[in-house]
Amino acid sequence: MPHSAPSPDRYDIAIIGAGVVGCALARSFAMAGARVVVLEKAHDILDGASKGNSAILHTGFDAPTGSLEAACVAAGHAEYLEIRERLGLPLLTSGALVIAWSDEEEAALPGLMEQARSNGVTDIEYLDGPALREAEPGLGAEARAAFRVPREYLIDPWSAPLAYLTQAIAHGADVRRRCEVTGGAFNGTDWTLKTSQGPVRTSSVINAAGLYGDRIDDLLLGRTDFTIKPRKGQFIVYDKPAFDLARHILLPVPTKVTKGIVVCRTIWGNLLVGPTAEEQNSRTDAGLHQPTLEALKARGQEILPALAHHKVTALYAGLRPATEEKHYRISKHPENMITVGGIRSTGLSAALGIAQHVRKLWEDERAPDWIAPEPVWPSVPNIAETAPRDWQSPGHGGVLCHCEMVTEREIRAALNGPLPAQSLAGLKRRTRVTMGRCQGYYCAGALARLTKGKLSQPMTADD
Amino acid sequence: MTDLPAEIDVVIVGAGPAGLAAATVIAQGGGCRVVVLDREGQAGGVPRHCSHSPYGLREFRRLMTGPSYAKTLVEKAKSAGVVIHTGVNVTRLLPGPTIEVTSDAGPATIRARAVLLATGARETTRAERLIGGTKPQGVLSTGALQLLLETGQKPFHRPVILGTELVAFSALLSCRLAGIKPVAMIEPSDTVTARWPTGLFPRLQGTPLLKNTQISQIDGQAHVTGVQLSTGRTLQTDGLIVSGRFQPDAPLLARSPIRADPDTGGPEIDQFGRCSEAGYFAAGNLLRAVETAGWSWSEGRAIGAAIHAYLNDGLPADPGQRIRRSGPISALVPQRIAPGPALGLSSLQLRVGTALTGRLSLLSDGSVIAGKTLRSRPERRILLPLPQAGTGPEVRLEPRGSR
Ligand SMILES: Cc1cc2nc3c(=O)[nH]c(=O)nc-3n(C[C@H](O)[C@H](O)[C@H](O)COP(=O)(O)OP(=O)(O)OC[C@H]3O[C@@H](n4cnc5c(N)ncnc54)[C@H](O)[C@@H]3O)c2cc1C
Ligand SMILES: Cc1cc2nc3c(=O)[nH]c(=O)nc-3n(C[C@H](O)[C@H](O)[C@H](O)COP(=O)(O)OP(=O)(O)OC[C@H]3O[C@@H](n4cnc5c(N)ncnc54)[C@H](O)[C@@H]3O)c2cc1C
Repeated sequence: MPHSAPSPDRYDIAIIGAGVVGCALARSFAMAGARVVVLEKAHDILDGASKGNSAILHTGFDAPTGSLEAACVAAGHAEYLEIRERLGLPLLTSGALVIAWSDEEEAALPGLMEQARSNGVTDIEYLDGPALREAEPGLGAEARAAFRVPREYLIDPWSAPLAYLTQAIAHGADVRRRCEVTGGAFNGTDWTLKTSQGPVRTSSVINAAGLYGDRIDDLLLGRTDFTIKPRKGQFIVYDKPAFDLARHILLPVPTKVTKGIVVCRTIWGNLLVGPTAEEQNSRTDAGLHQPTLEALKARGQEILPALAHHKVTALYAGLRPATEEKHYRISKHPENMITVGGIRSTGLSAALGIAQHVRKLWEDERAPDWIAPEPVWPSVPNIAETAPRDWQSPGHGGVLCHCEMVTEREIRAALNGPLPAQSLAGLKRRTRVTMGRCQGYYCAGALARLTKGKLSQPMTADD
Repeated sequence: MTDLPAEIDVVIVGAGPAGLAAATVIAQGGGCRVVVLDREGQAGGVPRHCSHSPYGLREFRRLMTGPSYAKTLVEKAKSAGVVIHTGVNVTRLLPGPTIEVTSDAGPATIRARAVLLATGARETTRAERLIGGTKPQGVLSTGALQLLLETGQKPFHRPVILGTELVAFSALLSCRLAGIKPVAMIEPSDTVTARWPTGLFPRLQGTPLLKNTQISQIDGQAHVTGVQLSTGRTLQTDGLIVSGRFQPDAPLLARSPIRADPDTGGPEIDQFGRCSEAGYFAAGNLLRAVETAGWSWSEGRAIGAAIHAYLNDGLPADPGQRIRRSGPISALVPQRIAPGPALGLSSLQLRVGTALTGRLSLLSDGSVIAGKTLRSRPERRILLPLPQAGTGPEVRLEPRGSR
């Protein structure tokens, strides 16, 4: 087994950050044969910007034409479709509607459709009022017209990066969690990174530190050409019966700043309303704000009036690693380092495309002497409603979380394997345990019993 | 575990007080095979985790703790011939009645002559209340708290309790028994919701009660560090118990042929406990959210007797009439009155959504047949006599100004 081999005393590539971007980078370099280490400061992966997003696999129809972002989103979308079945990753082929709610927005539709076509998204279709109502009968009365983007899909925002990293591990990558990079020195050929787990030697460094991208540049290079300006997005998740209210991803006409409030299904069978776009200074505070949530709820009910009769299951907020400019901040430094910064609001879709781009950037410099091993395709457990779930087969040990139908066997699997969950949050992301309507009313006890002594960040106050 | 039957006379979904009481009555009546299914590893329902009293007064004229009460109910059912299967989740309700289940043995289907739904109620979460702030560990319902304490683990040491329904006092008692010291009890309105104990109770136990107060924000990253109050104050605390505002645990209704009552969120029933789909019945907290165990138990017995009659002598198929209502009534159970024998529920249960005083009347064919002056608060039981079938029953509540 490659991942049980002793850690090399010198890696080819050290990736700082196990967000979706870091996970995709690790996969790409490890599959190419590089000796990769991923350094993540949190108890578990996906604890930064990647922990809360809308889970849309974008086509890039509204990305700035000709931009690196547009190219990475398109390439990421294509690669996801190509590899997802082999990794056990789900896909909800919902398609999106970009809906105009006013005269002004209606007037903007042709321009947006033109932009989509220039971005290579040509399979779009205009829907006038009646056609729109037929496509989406539950829409509020104010909806005027729309265009359909058939290949905007919904995916699992946590299983996907988990699968990328699991595949990296299967190709020999090391992953160190609770390992914060605190400094480093470059001696002309190699880096020695200072971390909370001791020094790490590596030939190259990739900064994929998300909300801390500028800080890492500063720390390692003593300079940075961008500043992270976190932009918070709050969401409301509705209970499963609301899933049936909308077939498409319902997008508004975007403004310059944001894609706007979206209503869409989730791969787990819920319905989502969000996100907001709120600039803030804090890189950690994903706090929820009651008046904002009330407003989100009200907006959701304008879009889908029937939502008024549905129950809220969960609330969350995510922080986009935005910078002073809209575009991705990917740059190569002479010190054997590449910064992948400012992956603001399309990173889930673009991650695999970003990894392709960064690999090329790296290889442009020097032809690597790595030998790519025979590819292996470890598959992640399915927790989406698009395919049979574990509770539907025998031997699951009983259902532990009744709202999300998470079995004991699923929990045990997530606490073991090559990348076991290390925090309750990590366990939730791998299994959905406690994330349903009761939020732990029924399963908190059984879960505490099963996880006791297994998490580096325990559930209870006296573990 | 013994094998699940493919066909059976009666399936009871939920081994809480209501389900076990009904199962016992039906089995004692003789002539039919009864199974109770519960998704937990142990039968007994919620009382299983309530390490404190009072339980059992109505049923056994004894003051019991939750666990010993649950054990007694289970033993009574078993000695009446009821078979209990635990670790079985009911996943779908289909016409027939036919139900789909899953257990460690995998999915299965059971066809029955009658199915009783007794799946209980749960508290309203922080998310549903849209409480702002961060999402640290240590924000729990009373139900989750008791489950955690049962494992011998303490989720926090000095939490804040939100709410003053009976269950909030249950939380307080459970904390005390576990050596946890709540720092405050918070009530958004100007009155304590529970009839007993009085508003003095928390202070007597050393926990101050803050009325007219909301929680505006939860603070803390990994764990709770404080809660900000609408009064501008911040309480230093390491946990928050979000208690009460129970609602029927009725997700099974969502994709079933059974009609839900939009007010209660539980199934719509007649006085026999019959749902809108033939062969389905419901009892206990699933009907209207929270009541005492004793109340749910006697409801289970009454509806169990109606099920026994349904299986043996039949009940008239006539679904009867919906009870009309006017005024600020937030829930009414049963929702229909059907013709038939004097079996099943013996009174109408009502709830109001806000504290109010007013005149409550029951009308039959347009004239008042019962009435009373009402002074009530949310979550409190209000009773009226059961009207006759076929008389165009109506419940009218005329408020005299809310308090
Ligand atoms: C509200 C919202 C909605 C979104 N919706 C979508 C969508 O629908 N579709 C889509 O494609 N994208 C969406 N996105 C964007 C997507 O989530 C982000 O682009 C993506 O998560 C960025 O990932 P990242 O890996 O760059 O950063 P991060 O996930 O932040 O990863 C960086 C990691 O680095 C670690 N780290 C930081 N400093 C150090 C250090 N010193 N040492 C070690 N580790 C360190 C952090 O702990 C973190 O885990 C959305 C984002 C938000 C916030
Ligand atoms: C914290 C707390 C403290 C309380 N303290 C008191 C007290 O001191 N005295 C008192 O009299 N009352 C008390 N009560 C109220 C009392 O416990 C309830 O009224 C009583 O348990 C209701 O009985 P039930 O049978 O309707 O539901 P429950 O007891 O809730 O039982 C429902 C059962 O259904 C099962 N179930 C649900 N869905 C499914 C499914 N899909 N498949 C299989 N099984 C399923 C559940 O596992 C559960 O066992 C308290 C309640 C709480 C929450």
